Amino acid sequence: MELLIDGLKKAIEMIFSGDREVFAITWLTLKVCLISILISTLIGLPLGILLGLTRFKGRRLFLLFINIGMGLPPVVAGLWITMLLWRSGPLGDLTLLYSPTAIVMAQILVSLPIVTSLTCTAFQQISDKMLLQIKALGATKIQTLVILIKQLKIAIFAAVMAGFGRVIAEVGAAMMVGGNIQGDTRILTTTIVMEVSKGNFDIALALSFILLSVALLITAVLTFLQQRKRIS
Amino acid sequence: MKKNRFLIALFALMLLVLSACGNSDTKDAAAKEKKPAPKPAPTEMILATTTSTQDSGLLDVLVPMFEKENNVKVKTIAVGTGQALEMGTKGEADVLLVHAPASEKAVVDAGDAINYKRVMYNDFILVGPKDNPAGVSGNDIKAAFKALADTKSTFVSRGDDSGTHKKELGIWTADNIQPAGDWYVSTGQGMGQTLQVAAEKKGYVLTDRATWLAQEKNLDTLKIVVEGGNDLMNIYHVMQVNPEKHDKINSKDAEKFVNFMVDSKTQDVIENFGKKEYGQSLFFKYTE
Repeated sequence: MELLIDGLKKAIEMIFSGDREVFAITWLTLKVCLISILISTLIGLPLGILLGLTRFKGRRLFLLFINIGMGLPPVVAGLWITMLLWRSGPLGDLTLLYSPTAIVMAQILVSLPIVTSLTCTAFQQISDKMLLQIKALGATKIQTLVILIKQLKIAIFAAVMAGFGRVIAEVGAAMMVGGNIQGDTRILTTTIVMEVSKGNFDIALALSFILLSVALLITAVLTFLQQRKRIS
Repeated sequence: MKKNRFLIALFALMLLVLSACGNSDTKDAAAKEKKPAPKPAPTEMILATTTSTQDSGLLDVLVPMFEKENNVKVKTIAVGTGQALEMGTKGEADVLLVHAPASEKAVVDAGDAINYKRVMYNDFILVGPKDNPAGVSGNDIKAAFKALADTKSTFVSRGDDSGTHKKELGIWTADNIQPAGDWYVSTGQGMGQTLQVAAEKKGYVLTDRATWLAQEKNLDTLKIVVEGGNDLMNIYHVMQVNPEKHDKINSKDAEKFVNFMVDSKTQDVIENFGKKEYGQSLFFKYTE
């Protein structure tokens, strides 16, 4: 119990003392996670809509792989990306291993299937009758799309929040492809693991409070946006 | 409606601003001073080292020293010795700082590592439960291990192919014992975590003194039972990855790093490290 209070005290201390390193680590965590979820959303949403609304040969198989991707263990994603980015690997020339970009790649790999699959599920559940009705009212394809997105706003936000939850929690892959390098690829989760292994439980707890606060803040904004009633 | 749009726009703007800020932000936050004249861009070098070296905090002192003097950005990857040596063999690192002389010899003999220099040493110690049920003491680690095996006392091993793990296995081999059974617990993790497991299970564990000193305050069920003796010496070497065997090796900076580690100024820093905090050196000079 005192450990928890120590951790909380240390967290507040760290934030208000303006500890540069903690600030840098938190900032990097935010950047990496927000960029990953942004890219995953930009690719995943249209992909999910496509999969949900259209029917083409091999669609079910494609969907199967996306769904499997949802359960992809992040350490596996980390391992594959490491092998891709090694000096001796196919993308070795880009020297991306042990950089924040590598972490972003791993995070996109695990969050993209989540965003895509949940969006697809939402759009697939639209009744045919509604689609017919919209068409009957003379809507163009674009107008239909806009209407559907507005209707499914709640589900879409849920998909993005699920994806965000995945990336903010990322530790195994981030450690592997990032290397937890001070000032470079150290993010909150990997720092927590490092501090635990050093036996600094108070610092680890403090960082976990900071991490939870960051996750809380962003999720709160997203939830707020999700739940706002349309004034129409 | 307007408020909704405003919030979404704000959120999108936040994302854009964050993604527009390049890596320079984190570098600026970490840099201690700004140079007045524009320097050429620093070269990058990958240093593969072990978790115990990293956890001791020594590299947090040495690496910035080296980076500043040589305009190099060092990517310190702390993994188990086995993985560090493997990275060297595959050319995925430029320079190695490890502590498993027997395994290092194999890598050097195979021509994968060159410029092999001895840097420093510290020692391993055997820690165990405060009541010491197996009654081991003194400085003969081989006899102690034999006693532990005979009494089937809980022994917690790194089990991760690290320098410490290799040292431990070397002692079992010297005793002609194959440790196995419920009493022999293998964690597959770093020294810090392994010590915590030993503290919880009240078992015996071989550790380096530096990690022990740093973590002692959290391990109140354990104490040192065996220390001293030549068998417990933990010797660190630095070596370059052979640039002729792989492309993309940064041998220029790697060579500078090797020279840096054996340089007398650095050696003094090494020996002074930890004296203030723990009242003793964590590492001792040991060049050839």
